[in-house]
Amino acid sequence: MNETKDKNKAIVTVVGCDTVGIIAKISTLLAEENININDITQTILSDMFTMIMLVDLSDAKIDMKSLSDKLDALGQDIGLSIRIQHTDLFHAMHRI
Amino acid sequence: MITDFEILETIRMFQEQHLDVRTITMGINLMDCASESEEKACQKIYDKICFYAKDLVSVGEDISAMYRVPIVNKRISVTPISIVAAASGSKNYTCFAKALERAALTCGVNFVGGFSALVQKGYTTSDKRLIDSIPEAMAVTDHVCSSINVASTRTGINMDAVRDMGIVIKNTAEATKDRDALGCAKLVIFANAPEDNPFMAGAFLGPGEPECVINVGISGPGVIKAALETVKGENLGVVAETIKKSAFKITRVGELVAREASSRLHVPFGIIDLSLAPTPAVGDSVGRILEEFGIEHCGGWGTTAALAMLNDAVKKGGTMASSFVGGLSGAFIPVSEDEGMIEVAESGSLRLEKLEAMTCVCSVGLDMIAIPGDTPASTISGIIADEMALGTFNNKTTAVRIIPVPGKTVGDNVEFGGLLGHAPVMEVNSSSCEEFISRGGRVPAPIHSMRN
Repeated sequence: MNETKDKNKAIVTVVGCDTVGIIAKISTLLAEENININDITQTILSDMFTMIMLVDLSDAKIDMKSLSDKLDALGQDIGLSIRIQHTDLFHAMHRI
Repeated sequence: MITDFEILETIRMFQEQHLDVRTITMGINLMDCASESEEKACQKIYDKICFYAKDLVSVGEDISAMYRVPIVNKRISVTPISIVAAASGSKNYTCFAKALERAALTCGVNFVGGFSALVQKGYTTSDKRLIDSIPEAMAVTDHVCSSINVASTRTGINMDAVRDMGIVIKNTAEATKDRDALGCAKLVIFANAPEDNPFMAGAFLGPGEPECVINVGISGPGVIKAALETVKGENLGVVAETIKKSAFKITRVGELVAREASSRLHVPFGIIDLSLAPTPAVGDSVGRILEEFGIEHCGGWGTTAALAMLNDAVKKGGTMASSFVGGLSGAFIPVSEDEGMIEVAESGSLRLEKLEAMTCVCSVGLDMIAIPGDTPASTISGIIADEMALGTFNNKTTAVRIIPVPGKTVGDNVEFGGLLGHAPVMEVNSSSCEEFISRGGRVPAPIHSMRN
C-alpha cells in the first residue's frame, strides 16, 4: 500500500471467500459516505480472497465508529470480514 | 510504505491472536480531597473522579473504533485512600470504598484501584484503619480494588503487616463467601509496589505521581505464541529475537493508544506497562507460550528458565517501542486467568512451590490462586512472607493475590467469572509457621539496599 502518513487515511481489509460483486458493494458504501479510494490491491492467499484498500476520510460524511459498524454489517451480509483501521496503527507497529 | 504482508500480519494479530490493549487506566490524585468530615471527603472524592474520568470510557471506545483495537478495560487508580482519609478521623473507611464505587458506576469504568496503604516500614493510625476496613469494603463494593505494600528493598519487610494481612485475607474470604471469596480477588499484597501500575487489583496512584495521568497496560500472549510457532526447533537466540520483535509491535499499539487517549482527554501520558496479561480464553495464555518453548506441561522442569527468558525478551522489545515504560512490565502468571495454567493446575503438574519459583523471574507473584478455606491465617502470612522476601531481596516487585475459599478443599473448583476465570483449589504445605509469623517486627532491609 503506497500511502503517506496522513491524519485522515485508513486501510480497509476484506478477507473471505471470493464472490461476485464484493468490490462493487464496498465501493458503493464508501461512495455514499463520500469516501475516496486512493489505492486498491487484491490477491488470493490460501484460497482466501484478500483485498486491501487505502481510503481517504477527509470529506467523509460519517465518523469512524459508524463507518466501522456499517462495514461490519455489510461484511456479515456477504459473508466476509471487513475491517477499517486508521493508517497510524500500521505505521506505529511496522515502522520505527 | 506499508506492505500487504504487514497489513495482513496486523489483521491476524487482532482477528486470530487476541491482541488487545488490556487497560487504559487514569490515575487521579485525591490528596486535595482530604477533609475533617468523612461525608465531605467522600463527596469531594466522588466529584473529583467524575470530573476527570467522565469521558474516559467514551474516549476509550472512540479510539478502539478508530484503530479497531479492542480496549478491554477502562480503569481508574487513585491516591492510596489511607492518605486521603486520614484527616477525616473516621474509624471505618468502608464509606470511602463506597464513594469510589459510586464514582466507578457513574463513570462506567471496570475497576477503581487505590483502597490502599503503603506500610512497608510501619503503620500510621490511618493505615491500620484502612486495613481493618478491607473485608467489609470488599464485601459491599464490586468495582473497588485494594492493595497493601508491606515490603520494599529499601525498608525491608513489615512482618506485623504480613501477619495482619493473613488474617485480613481470611476475613475478606469469609465476608464474601457467598461469592466464592471473590473479595480476595480484589486484594493484593505487594513488595516494591510500582506507583504507576495500570493493572488490577494492584493499581494505585503513588504520592510522587502527577495530578492526573494516563497509563496503559498492553497484552498479547496470543501474538507471542503465534510468532513462536513459526520458529519451532530453532535455537533460543532465535526464540528471544522473535519474542522481542513481537513485543515491539504489541507495545507500539499500546503507545499509540496511550498517546491518543492522553491527547483527547487532555491528560498527560504516564507510562506503558509492558505486560503479557493472559485471559481464560483459548489462545491468550502465558502458560501455552512456555509450552511452545518445548516444555510438555507448564510447571515442569525448564518452566522457570523459559519464563525468565520470555519476561526479559518482552521487556527488551517493549523498551525499544516506548520511551516511558513502567508499572509491572513483564509476564503475568495469574492461575485462574490463564487457560493453560488452569489446565496444568487441574492436572497437578503445576504446584504452588513451582509457581513461587516462577515468581522470581516474572513480573508479579502468586496471583489468583485458590487454596483450601481452612488454611490457617498464619500459613497465608507465611506464603506472603516468602513472596515478599523474594521481592525485597531480589530488588523486584512481587505480590500475593490468594483466595482461601470457605468450604472448599483441594480438588474443588472455583468460578470467579469473566476475566478472573476459574481455578482448582491447590494444595498448601500444611507445616505450621505460626511461631515465625507471631514474632512480628521487621525484617531488616537487605545489605544491597544501601546504594548511596
